[in-house]
Amino acid sequence: MLADTAAAFMDAVSDSAATRVAMASEDGFDRAVFERLCQEMYWQGILVDENHGGLGLGFVELIIALEAMGERLHCSPLYSVCVASLALRQCASSDYRNQLLEQVCAGSIIALAHTNASIGWSGVGVDAVATANGWLLTGDARFVPFGHVAEQLLVAANTADGVALFAIPANEQGVTCMRAPTLDQTRAMANLSLDKVAVTDGQCLARNALPLLTSTTDAARILLTADQVGGARQCLAMSVDYVGERVQFGRTIASFQAIKHKAADMMVKAESARSLLYAAACIADEWLQGNASASQLQEAAAMVSACAGEAYFFCAGTGIQLHGGVGITEEYDIQLYFKRARSTEDYLGNPASQREVIAQQLLDGEV
Amino acid sequence: MHLRFSAEDEQFRKQVADWLNDNLCGEFAAIRGRGGPGDEHVFVAERKAWEQRLAEGGWTCIGWPEAWGGREASIEQQVIFNEEYARAGGPGRVGHIGETLTGPTLLAFGSADQQAKYLPGIRAGRELWCQGYSEPGAGSDLANVRTKAELDEASGQWIISGQKVWTSLAHESDFVFVLARTDSNERAHKGLGFFLVAMDQPGVTIRPITQLTGTAEFNEVFFDGAVCSGDDIVGEPGDGWKVAMGLLGFERGVSTLGQQMLFQTELDEIIRIAKTNGSAQDPMIRQRIADAHIGLRAMRYNSMRMLSGAADDASLGREAMIYKLYWSTWHRNLGKLAMDVLGPDAELLESGPYELNRLQSLFLFTRADTIYGGTNQIQRNIIAERALGMPKESRGATH
Repeated sequence: MLADTAAAFMDAVSDSAATRVAMASEDGFDRAVFERLCQEMYWQGILVDENHGGLGLGFVELIIALEAMGERLHCSPLYSVCVASLALRQCASSDYRNQLLEQVCAGSIIALAHTNASIGWSGVGVDAVATANGWLLTGDARFVPFGHVAEQLLVAANTADGVALFAIPANEQGVTCMRAPTLDQTRAMANLSLDKVAVTDGQCLARNALPLLTSTTDAARILLTADQVGGARQCLAMSVDYVGERVQFGRTIASFQAIKHKAADMMVKAESARSLLYAAACIADEWLQGNASASQLQEAAAMVSACAGEAYFFCAGTGIQLHGGVGITEEYDIQLYFKRARSTEDYLGNPASQREVIAQQLLDGEV
Repeated sequence: MHLRFSAEDEQFRKQVADWLNDNLCGEFAAIRGRGGPGDEHVFVAERKAWEQRLAEGGWTCIGWPEAWGGREASIEQQVIFNEEYARAGGPGRVGHIGETLTGPTLLAFGSADQQAKYLPGIRAGRELWCQGYSEPGAGSDLANVRTKAELDEASGQWIISGQKVWTSLAHESDFVFVLARTDSNERAHKGLGFFLVAMDQPGVTIRPITQLTGTAEFNEVFFDGAVCSGDDIVGEPGDGWKVAMGLLGFERGVSTLGQQMLFQTELDEIIRIAKTNGSAQDPMIRQRIADAHIGLRAMRYNSMRMLSGAADDASLGREAMIYKLYWSTWHRNLGKLAMDVLGPDAELLESGPYELNRLQSLFLFTRADTIYGGTNQIQRNIIAERALGMPKESRGATH
């Protein structure tokens, strides 16, 4: 039922023309549509508990929305907001943190800045120095999703006692967060730069924040794969439609076995990724409820991430091939999926790195 | 999609596991884990005895109606039975053709007499069946059947002549079901009949096919005037294709999780060797082992999705169509991975003249996986045509 609602909403707000207007706009999304999404769908509140104005639901519900959004290449800060809310709900309760959760539900954009992506996706590039009445933060973070339109930024920073997580209003003195031009135009990214930004102790939401950030990144991977699965399935559907209409040698090219077999391979990969996604969402919900460990979450995320990343890229790349000449034109949407596939395949760790996570779990223990 | 079974089903699981634990021991300890695909030629006498032990415990034909001795077990319970059976190391079932193919076919299409004559023997594990579908000229193109059945008006018996191939356990079976042409003027799927034929008669000759493993679990079966009673045709002459297709439809995917349990055992063995011989340090091997692990999980969740859909969709849905292509490709890749993990040791046999170890056998026999039961090419056609609605292949002139 949620799937039907999600599909109907996406039909109304995110057809190809709308996507192209949104991605070419200065901020890379349609603010009016995001406001409608927050008011009518309330997806930003799915992962927030009811005490803070959320729906108190879980991954099983959220991935349905994200799958529908991925299917339509929807340009939206929703993913960014949900990742931030995941980080927040793992922080100890405080006035500042609770207010942020309520702001999320009210439709505020909050983004997590956790890496300068120096080696792969690791590397915290912000340093926090303790002062008499708080902290001074200096340094950079990259690939902050929709950071340029965020009202609040959650920033990971090195302290003398390890990595801590800070909340900083985007309009604070010394904060610069600019959109970076990217290969995939449908998922806007920003670079964050902090120059001696003064924050209070109350804005330090978590000391020893590495476990929290690791789990948040693992959970974020699962959310991202929902976008990939939606995209992969849409690449297949669009390609099957196209080859069914394209006539060569007096027959539709869909009647050629070489074409049919490519489509079959696309379906196998897309549906297998979808099965792993549904399972990962169930495991992530168990993790939210304290019934699955961080290591089980990591395993589920690594498995689906490796599989869905490759599935999307395969389906988008094969989709271009099945479209023939028009596949490489700006006019047809398949190229936009191809770019989003490449971008999401690498974001937060490429498939090889995720397989290595699994390999460590399987191979590096005692014989 | 559900990741877990209900409490009631888990209770059933315990019942199965307890019974297997109490019975798959003693005289049957030696056949644990034996007799599966690629290994079907071993311990046949012991596995026949085991089939009867299963029957006494009420563990044959559990999905059948109670009237015929079954438990009317749900799809979920049948899946659980197969999973626990594999977990316990239950040997390859010599009775599986009768239980999963002949039985359901007779229940759906057979006469009351045929049901009374054949179902009890299958249920009791006393009468074994083999299948007579494929022919030298009818592999993936199953309808290209040339085996003939002619009605002898004087005796009222059908006389069968022709050849079937790839028949497992033919020399151990009591009966074979045969798809044969009843009307020589018809072609393809028209003019076929579905016959129940006794194996122990002068008109039936069996010749084993030695495979690339040096072993023989498949056979050629020659029919040279083999006799079949006039009562032993299922349906009418000309109904053969309908019955045969119905039979293939009884493959409901209940064995998938059990099959995956065997795959897991093989992968575990490969991981153990990799950790022992140092190949676990090779970055490429690490990637491939992780990929195999992920692939096996995907297979499990694909099955769970199929099952979640089964309750409200008798056809098991589109997901079912990807299963054969997925598992056969995964398993074939696992065979090659096993060889690459073993490295130079993969080349050395257990002993002469051609005694293979388990992983060498896996490597060689998995080449069959992507061929039997519909080749990977045919599976891709099925997915494209039935799941994606793409145009059907055009037929040649003989069709």
